[in-house]
Amino acid sequence: MLALSDYLALSALLFAIGMAGIFLNRKNAIVLLMSIELILLAVNFNFIAFSHFLGDIHGQVFVFFILTVAAAESAIGLAILVVLFRNRDTINVGDLDSMRG
Amino acid sequence: MPFEMPQFALAAPEIWLGVMLCVVLIADLFDRGGESLLAFYLTQATLVGAMALAIHTHWGGDAVITFNGMYISDSLAAVLKVAIAGLTIITLGYGRDYLRDRDLLKGEIYLLVLTATLGMFVMASASSLLVLYMGLELLSLSLYAMVAFDRDSRIGAEAAMKYFILGALSSGMLLYGMSMIYGAAGSLLINDIAAAALAGDNLLLAFGMTFALVGIAFKFGAAPFHMWVPDVYQGAPTAVTAFLGTAPKVAALALFLRLMADGLGDLHAQWQIMGIILAAGSLVVGNLFALVQTSFKRMLAYSTVSHIGFLFLGLVAGSDEGYAAALFYAISYGIMAAGAFGMIMLLSRRGFEADMIDDLSGLNDRHGGYALVMLLLMFSMTGIPGTVGFYAKWLVLSALVEAGLIWLAVLAVVFAVIGAFYYLRVLKAVYFDRVDSPQPVEATSGQQVLMWANGGAVLLLGLFPDTLIATCRAVFGLG
Repeated sequence: MLALSDYLALSALLFAIGMAGIFLNRKNAIVLLMSIELILLAVNFNFIAFSHFLGDIHGQVFVFFILTVAAAESAIGLAILVVLFRNRDTINVGDLDSMRG
Repeated sequence: MPFEMPQFALAAPEIWLGVMLCVVLIADLFDRGGESLLAFYLTQATLVGAMALAIHTHWGGDAVITFNGMYISDSLAAVLKVAIAGLTIITLGYGRDYLRDRDLLKGEIYLLVLTATLGMFVMASASSLLVLYMGLELLSLSLYAMVAFDRDSRIGAEAAMKYFILGALSSGMLLYGMSMIYGAAGSLLINDIAAAALAGDNLLLAFGMTFALVGIAFKFGAAPFHMWVPDVYQGAPTAVTAFLGTAPKVAALALFLRLMADGLGDLHAQWQIMGIILAAGSLVVGNLFALVQTSFKRMLAYSTVSHIGFLFLGLVAGSDEGYAAALFYAISYGIMAAGAFGMIMLLSRRGFEADMIDDLSGLNDRHGGYALVMLLLMFSMTGIPGTVGFYAKWLVLSALVEAGLIWLAVLAVVFAVIGAFYYLRVLKAVYFDRVDSPQPVEATSGQQVLMWANGGAVLLLGLFPDTLIATCRAVFGLG
């Protein structure tokens, strides 16, 4: 039987991979969207684990809301990505440096 | 758990906004003029109605919690909602001509503003982590789309992308913190979390609190999580920047007050040190970087960071006086910032953005009245007596001294003096720089009235601040 801490460790690992994906990635903006998705999934994992071990259903309800919001967030993120590509013909993260100061 | 009928009447402001949002959506379809005039007036009327409803349902009396503990109706919610709706009304009024000149005047912008406002209203009345998160996302998702509203702007798209990535990241951090808080408290309700915080030391709770505070700092734009602020302020259309820089700051304060003060207030000793780092960092970074800007919008962005630092000073005091001071600061800052961005929009024309400090040169020769309003706004941001900004800073500093954080108050004053330098630089351009052929300022009568009212508000609230101060204090039960 897995303990709560095992689930939390896995979730923390997922969260860390997502964070690393955002900060280390210098190439493709789509990888950023994937990293954000990973972070939200890590949070979901946390909520489900806590919900199960606490015997409280509210955490799992929260997960449904997060899933919905994550879908809306991806839709808006991809829309902004399309606008970006139309204007600059690139989605390279390193090229997003036209504003300085 | 038995099913209990919620008191729907208490959520009247949100329900009204939600219904009117659909009405505006439909009404805009029948707009023949192509300028969404109907949507504009409907939106403004909706916001005025929401203010009235917020006062009517929330103001006065004891706090009432309904919707199974998820929704709170108290005086704090009333003040926050009135401030949010009021600032939205002002920025929409300024933005109309600006958007028309850039062919951005579509009904969707009003729809997005209304959804964002609904999100902020929900945050102001949230009494559960779930409701807090849903309100925040409703606000954030609308703002991402608004920043990208000028689809053909290169910097607009870039700003939107940066804002989206960092905004989503901060939501993720906040959410991760919320999941830990849920695990420690065993409930999503703020009241239960407060009980868990009172129960004593809890590592899991402190862990969650840290992540949540980082997420909140991102939303505020406090250093070291301010990276998105200058780029987004500069890249977004100015009408959107004006909205983004005013009402959502009040909403971010709502987020802090509901989660950190109401929920985790008993862990104050633990989050105070983090708050001090955020506040001091924001004061240093905001003021020093603002000194070297040539773009007025970017300068205002860094000045926002420094003002957020001041606002955090009120919060770290951790007392009711401090919270009241922070509330007063957020409202008065919103009024000043709306005026400053309004001035950029007023001086801009079709095909020309007055977003550099040089563009303000000789404003006094072009129109003495606007130069005077600019003087008031910059004096107020500096914190010179006679303007509302002075009392905002004064209240924060006195709360800090009462809390025994005198060194922090001294630091704040030092950086306020440094900040005076770049505000006065703007005034130097306005009054002492000459241009060869000063062009008269063209502005519609609506914009003129708003600008005069805005300047007048800064002055009047500076001369007679008692009512607003008393209101902010009454919210926290102070006489």
